[in-house]
Formats: sequence, structure tokens, C-alpha cells
Amino acid sequence: MEFARRESPYWSARVAVPSLMLQVLAALAPAALAHVWFFGPGFIFNLLVASLFAVAGEAMMVHLRKRPLEVALTDYSALVTAALLAFALPSLTPWWVTATGALFAVVVAKHLYGGLGFNIFNPAMAGYVVILVAFPMHLNLWIAPRIGDIDYQYLTVLQTLKFTLTGSLPEALGFDAVSRATPLDVMKTGLSNARTVSEIRANPIMGDFGGRGWEWIGNFLAIGGFWLLIKKIIRWHIPAAVGAGLLIPATIMYLVEPGTNPSPGFHMFGGAAILCAFFIATDPVSAATSPKGRLIFGFGVGLLIYCIRTWGSYADGVAFAVIIMNVAVPAIDYVTRPHIVGHPRRGDSS
Amino acid sequence: MAELVVILVSTVLVNNFVLVRFLGLCPFLGVSRNLEAATGMSLATAFVLTLSSASAYLLHAYVLVPLDLEYLRTLTFILVIAASVQFTEIMVRRLSPLLDQVLGIYIPLIATNCAVLGVALLNVQESKGFVQSVFYGFGASMGFALVLVMFAAARERLEVADVPAPFRGTAIALMTAGIMSLAFMGFSGMARP
Repeated sequence: MEFARRESPYWSARVAVPSLMLQVLAALAPAALAHVWFFGPGFIFNLLVASLFAVAGEAMMVHLRKRPLEVALTDYSALVTAALLAFALPSLTPWWVTATGALFAVVVAKHLYGGLGFNIFNPAMAGYVVILVAFPMHLNLWIAPRIGDIDYQYLTVLQTLKFTLTGSLPEALGFDAVSRATPLDVMKTGLSNARTVSEIRANPIMGDFGGRGWEWIGNFLAIGGFWLLIKKIIRWHIPAAVGAGLLIPATIMYLVEPGTNPSPGFHMFGGAAILCAFFIATDPVSAATSPKGRLIFGFGVGLLIYCIRTWGSYADGVAFAVIIMNVAVPAIDYVTRPHIVGHPRRGDSS
Repeated sequence: MAELVVILVSTVLVNNFVLVRFLGLCPFLGVSRNLEAATGMSLATAFVLTLSSASAYLLHAYVLVPLDLEYLRTLTFILVIAASVQFTEIMVRRLSPLLDQVLGIYIPLIATNCAVLGVALLNVQESKGFVQSVFYGFGASMGFALVLVMFAAARERLEVADVPAPFRGTAIALMTAGIMSLAFMGFSGMARP
């Protein structure tokens, strides 16, 4: 009698790229809704433009490289890139800026490097860095959150759409009337004008920890992030290490001189730190691979964010920090190669 | 002390010689094909750059300026750099055959690294003191080493990546260097004294 015999592996992994990417998108959804609630419909338009150009760019590259089209288009990775880019953009962004970022992300940072699985740089952040350096003026139109009593002229849905498509504002309104500084900007300008943190925090856009509205988006991002942790789509190392890298120097500086250093809570909720910790830095392709390497990578990202926010001229440093640490990943992986059983340990002479 | 820290941060990150000032690109692209060669090159450059920025300062302050020969600056600096490269090569060969095996072929290449001459000239232009000059040279070489080692490791990974044929090799390496340079713009504004 012949028994059915199976070769290893006996346990097949049920994780496939499409379901993984869909779950990441699902985890981003609550925060996206919060974003629309607080900062208006601009986010939806940005997301649509980014998705359109990311998917089109992906289709073009896959077609040019004569690879199977369905596989690349149904793994949803371009949509995740587009969603992360949309989270990084201000609500009022002209479509060509978003399109440049999305195309650079997918065409250059992803497909010229060999496509999903080979990209050294996080595509969304590479695209964002390019437009941040190339169009700094167009990435300044952050609007005020729809919460509390802020003296501010909100744009209607149609006006927002018109701005996204044409880059021009309604007749009566200038750029100054519709744009408001982000909490990080307010903090940076205030501190450079020698005001104390508590004076700056009296500004109505500041909330309990970070900025009004921003905190809620941060909360929903954290919920999505913890859900990804529970579903084991991301591991705990990178989020914890990013948090440590950002909060340890922030806490030390805050305790030493609370007048000129914003609290750790402000650093956590003031900008894109939570998005970075759970969704951006955890990109499995461009992050380090071993647990020890991930801790080093995450800590480096957090520390660089703190340094750029505190001493640099950019208000937030998430994109720069992630790209810089992406470059360091091959070197980190080289140093933190796990020990292979049966081989002599490194440093052993035998 | 604080001033020296600012010089180090500024030369390593903010005004990185390779990614921001675009000096020393030849070894950056030429010796970054594998990690061990890049590490060797970094070490040798660090030694020569520190040595040559110190000797160039001394030569400028105690020979050229008293004799009113400042117009010979570039010429003498090239001479000093070539001499310190030669000195390093001879010393390494005599003192440590092992190190010579690792660094041997890279040491003569340093003479053509324009970052070395750049550091010596910038030191004089910005009229730094002796200690500052040495730190400037040391920081510049550390910045060079940092990006060279990261870049070499990244290139080793690119070798095995499924890069489209027209972009393989130097093309994708230059694009990577460009994105690294973009990322280093994030440090702008730091280290203002």
C-alpha cells in the first residue's frame, strides 16, 4: 500500500501580497475618514489623483518590461503607495504636484529598481521628497481643522476640486486666507522667534498634545497600526524603535529645558510620526530584515525625525529620515546578519 | 568644543562633501562596487585627508603667507597631498603588510580625490585655525566614509536586483546617488553656529 507522502514545507504560508496590501489599506481607512472629516474633501481628490497616476505608471512600466500585467496590477501595492503619498500631502495640492510624486514613486523608485521586492527606497517617501524639494511652494497650503473656534474661511467641495484641478483659488480669497501653518510649523517659527513652548501652545490650532484634528488622525492611525500588529502583518520592532528613537531624545530635552523644547506628546502627535512608525517605516521591502536590524533601522528613523524637526529647516523630517535610513539598510543588514547554525560565529578564529 | 562639534556635524551631514558639495565623486562611483573595497578606501582617505589638511594648513600659515607666495596655494597643496599620499603608502607598506594588502591599491587613488584638495582650499578660504582645519578634514573624511560605505552596500544589493537592462550598473547607481543627495537635503539648516 502506498501512503501519500508530502515533501516539506508542510505548512504553507497563507500570506499573499494582495491580501497584505488590502489589509494595510483597510487599516488606513479610519484615519482617511478622519482626515476628510477634519481637513475637508481635498484628501479624497489627492488620493484619486495619486492612485490614478500610480496605477497608470505601474501599468506602463509593466507593459514596457513585458511582464504579466495582471499580477502587478492586482497586488494593490501601487494603491498603498498612493495612499501613503496622499497622507503626506496637504489637502490643497494641485494635481500635477501629486501626479509628479506618484509617478516618481512608482516609475523611478519602484520599477527602475526592479519592481516590488527590489526597491531600495520606500516609493511613497521617495516621491514625496522629490515634490517637497521641487515644489515647496505648492506643498504649503495646509488648511485649518474643522474643530474648535478657528477664524478661518473653509472652501466648499467644488472650490477644493477646482483648486486641485487648476491650482487657482476663488476670486476673493488669497493664499493667506485659506492656508494655515501646521502645528509643527507654528512650533518651529515660534521657537525661532524666541517664544516659549507654552506661549506657542496658546494658538487655537494646538490641541491636547499635538494639533487639533491631527491628534485624532494620529489616534486612528495608531488603531489601524495596532490592528496590523495583531494580524501579524507588521512586527513590533520597527514601530517600537521609531517611537523610542523619537521620544527618548524628546523626553530628555523636555526634562532639561521645558521652555524651549516641546513635550514628547507633541512630537508623537504633532506630525507624521505615528503614520511613519506603523505604515511607512514598516515597509517590508525597504526596511531592514533581521529583528536586530529592524530595531537599529527604526531607532535611526526616529532619531533623524527628532534631529530634523529640532535643528533642521524642514518642519517635519519623516520622509528624509526614512529615505536616509533606507540607504543604510543594506549596510545594517550586512552588520546584523543572523548567525547561521553550524557555521562558526563571526569573530571565531576556528 | 561646541564649535568643533558643529564642524563635525556640518561636514559629515549638512555639507557632506559627496552628496551636497559634489566633491570626490570619482572614488564614490569607482570604488563602491563592493563593500570591503569601499571600507578600505574610506579608512585610507580618512587618514590622508586629516594628515593633508593639517600639513596644508601649516605650509600655508608658516611658509606661503610669510613669503607672500599665496598665489602658489593650489600648486603647493597638490604637492602636499601627493607627498602625504606617498608618505602613507610607504609607511603602510613598511609597518603593516596586512594593511598594505587591504589598502594597497587604493592609496595612490586618493591623490586624485578632489575632496582632498577641496578641503585644503576651503580651510584657507574660510580662514580656519589649525585645530578647526584638522577637524574639518577629519569630518569631511568621515562624511565621505559614511556615504561611501552605505552606497557600496546598496550597490551590492542592486547587483542582484531585477533592474531593467538600460539602467543596470552605473545608471542605477547614479540615480541612487541622486536620491541619497535629495535625502541629505533634509539636513539643511542644521549645524548653524
